[in-house]
Amino acid sequence: MFKKNYFVPLLALLPVLLLSGCDTNMLVFEPKGPAARDILDLINWSLIFMLLVVVVVFGLFGYIIWKYRATPENKDYEPPEEHGSTKLEFIWTIIPILIVIALTIPTVKTIYKLEKVPAGYEKKDPIVIHVTSADWKWIFSYPDQGIETVNYVNIPAGTPVEFKLTSAGTMQSFWVPELGGQKYTMNKMETQLYLTADKPGEFLGRNTNFNGQGYAGMEFTVEAKSPKDFEKWVKEVKEKAPKLTENKYFELLKPTHLGRETYIGTHLAWVDHAKMNSKTYTNPELYEVHGVKGKIFKEKETDSESTKDMDGNSNGGEHDGH
Amino acid sequence: MGINWHDFFIVGNPLILGSQIAIALTMVGIVAGVTYLKKWKWLWREWITTVDHKRIGIMYILSGVLMFFRGGVDGLLMKAQTSRPEMQFLDAQHYNEIFTTHGVIMILFAAMPLLIGLMNVVIPLQIGARDVAFPQLNALSFWLFFSGAMLFNISFVIGGSPDAGWTAYFPLAGKEFTPGIGNNYYAVALQIAGIGTLMTGINFIVTILKMRTKGMKLMRMPMFTWTSFVASIIIVASFPIFTVALGLMTFDRIFGTHFFTLSGGGMDMMWANLFWLWGHPEVYIVVLPAFGMFSEVISTFSRKMLFGYKSMVFSVVGIAFLSMLVWVHHFFTMGAGPAVNSVFSITTMMIAIPTGVKMFNWLFTMRKGRIQFTTPMLWALAFIPCFVIGGVTGVMLAMGAADYQYHNTLFLVAHFHYVLIPGVVFAVFAGLYYWWPKMFGHMLNEKLGKLHFWFFVIGFNLTFMPMFFLGLNGAVRRSYTYSVESGYAPLFLLSAIGAVILAIGFGFLCYNIYWSARYADRNISNDPWDARTLEWATASPAPFYNFAKLPEVKSLDAFWYMKKNNEGLSLKDDEIKEIHMPSNSGLPFYMGVVFGITGFFLVFEWKIAALVATVGILAGLIIRSFDYNDGFHVPVDEIKATEKAWRNIDKGVNNHVS
Repeated sequence: MFKKNYFVPLLALLPVLLLSGCDTNMLVFEPKGPAARDILDLINWSLIFMLLVVVVVFGLFGYIIWKYRATPENKDYEPPEEHGSTKLEFIWTIIPILIVIALTIPTVKTIYKLEKVPAGYEKKDPIVIHVTSADWKWIFSYPDQGIETVNYVNIPAGTPVEFKLTSAGTMQSFWVPELGGQKYTMNKMETQLYLTADKPGEFLGRNTNFNGQGYAGMEFTVEAKSPKDFEKWVKEVKEKAPKLTENKYFELLKPTHLGRETYIGTHLAWVDHAKMNSKTYTNPELYEVHGVKGKIFKEKETDSESTKDMDGNSNGGEHDGH
Repeated sequence: MGINWHDFFIVGNPLILGSQIAIALTMVGIVAGVTYLKKWKWLWREWITTVDHKRIGIMYILSGVLMFFRGGVDGLLMKAQTSRPEMQFLDAQHYNEIFTTHGVIMILFAAMPLLIGLMNVVIPLQIGARDVAFPQLNALSFWLFFSGAMLFNISFVIGGSPDAGWTAYFPLAGKEFTPGIGNNYYAVALQIAGIGTLMTGINFIVTILKMRTKGMKLMRMPMFTWTSFVASIIIVASFPIFTVALGLMTFDRIFGTHFFTLSGGGMDMMWANLFWLWGHPEVYIVVLPAFGMFSEVISTFSRKMLFGYKSMVFSVVGIAFLSMLVWVHHFFTMGAGPAVNSVFSITTMMIAIPTGVKMFNWLFTMRKGRIQFTTPMLWALAFIPCFVIGGVTGVMLAMGAADYQYHNTLFLVAHFHYVLIPGVVFAVFAGLYYWWPKMFGHMLNEKLGKLHFWFFVIGFNLTFMPMFFLGLNGAVRRSYTYSVESGYAPLFLLSAIGAVILAIGFGFLCYNIYWSARYADRNISNDPWDARTLEWATASPAPFYNFAKLPEVKSLDAFWYMKKNNEGLSLKDDEIKEIHMPSNSGLPFYMGVVFGITGFFLVFEWKIAALVATVGILAGLIIRSFDYNDGFHVPVDEIKATEKAWRNIDKGVNNHVS
């Protein structure tokens, strides 16, 4: 079994080789903002302990199976009767407990830290951007600027951004790995995520939570511009972009892939999907699998209105929540 | 309602058309073959109506291996699709169906039956019992599982497979976003199989508590029995949650309720909570018996008793307890708030503590031993380093804040494959090689076994190691394609190559089963591994009554000390008494069939037909309650003949390990 003993150290080396360097080209290891940096610090801290565990166990494992392997010479060797050892078992109970404690403290600290405006940026007022995920696109609303974008979001660099996340339909997940971790977007609920880009740059964002046929294409770009460029961009949009109407918004929400789009005005004027009793804008008729169309089960008296959602007729009556 | 006849068969996809033809041909082939060999009667009497725990176990294992093949083909198809960027092999819908069925089949229809099968074969033997506590219920459990599995499997040719992921998160899995009947299959087939599993859990708890032989105290039970016992308790604690969740899902999809839907005030989050409240313990249901198998194998082939038996038991119980307290770590990113995430980070990380204890106990079982590198032992050895990688990445994922970066990426996918494949699949392989002689009276070929081992382990690492790095580079799970610019291509290709090597490894197992069945030496002793626990104290294969005289246990590793002190091994003529055994019954099979038919109607939303079919279920229950057959007695002469046959060949028998 000589081969086995090559295999094990090799296995141990692999993570060390690949996880250690910054030249490995992994987005999570290239933070471009404080939130991602905080998480990376935590990940690196955990890697130290995890590598320690791996080295100890692999080392012990290799040593034991080599030293105590059966050979023709020890054919008559009778292993000792050994029931256990309270001392040893105590040691390998206490060490993992210590490791867990060592990991818990920074984990909890980081969890709380990520809920706030990142350190170093407290003095600046965060700008608020509402994120609405739909099948299969991302809609970004800037209530203060009065504009709305689809599949891209421009933010001022060096300014904390408070993303308010919700979904117009299925559950999705908003992730910009270089700026910070992800959060789910859910209909009739709202989650918050503070992201900040240190410097101007372009970052990839995407949905990580499976949501049907168009899932693979649910990407967007985050462009961090210098505050001056950002102001310029907002001004430009206000001058050139078309106005968002309620009907146009219904079109947007249909299950389609879209490119980048920009509008004046936000859909928050007539619906906030995060509200518990907000209207449901989806149209199941537009989803089809193997020739069968989707549907909503309705109570009898509202049946006549059932397919009119998308045409703009209000029928939010039975969606009032609890 | 809403389902038309022209939606019945999936048409227009050459891959599926090919499968339809293959399935039809296989079915015709099986029927023709059995008829030609005149085996119908034998099949009915010896297998379909059997209540013998060993035969039921073998049927579980056979179905499990078949399902492992099916799930494996799903895996290969996915790997083929992602081997190159922007590949056109599968479309999004087909890919979605495949990863969904891959997950469901591997967990519920491969891992579960393989483990429950081995539990069935081994546990009554290990505790010195003649059968499980409720033999006919055991057969019913199997046929319900089988019925559910078959119902789930026909989905890809009839009506369409589920396509919302094995977690079937709402609202996606509801009628609004996932029309078609795919997810009806999910709701109904898992329900039927789940009822079977729940009954298995109850059966094993009672068996282990009530049927142990004289002297077999709880703290003298072999580790595999212990872990299976605890797993059964988790089954009983968690499967009812799944039953309820699937029930509500069925109502939502078929009868128009609004438990989890988007419209009508449903709570989609409630599904996620219920699903993982079952789903996380489920992970331990499959991994704990596997830990037990490794304990048996490692101690046997190190020729030492298990190091720290007591702490092993406590750690298993600890894991079981914690398993119910960690489900929220599956949705740290759901914005439940920092306090909730912190609590569940801690409970999740705590699982590493008892698991670490087990690791070191296994290592120290081998220390000062005499380690023999038999095939089962190789699997147990490979398990240790591979599972450690799965374990440490699990701790990394458990750290709530860090999980924001790993969540739903391939890092997570790599992690759980690094836990489930070494933790369950390696164990099942170890268990199959180890207990094969007890089931069939011959060994599996060691040389083919080693080929199986090396291809599978190398292929496994090559497949899943790259996924850690892909995930950290932003690659997400369940995405059927990716762009050239993403830079994922080389690692995805490496992973696909690994999958092929892994598949070749599995091929060696199949060939090994065939080769050994035909050519392996039948002249082996009852104890070919020089093992330590009671299942080896009787013939290989074990007679249907297991033990002519129930053994008496005085310590841990009872059989080892019986051999060492040379007592309790022989049998005197006057010690043989009549043995009471349960009779065969066709009722469990019948129940499986009517459950399957009812389920099928329900899947297609033919509600009245389904209602009519439930009469068949009720009829089965009524027939059972009027069934007064309480078994038969095996005559002394028959026992004598059987026992003499294997006891008197002691000399000249091939003892395979020495």
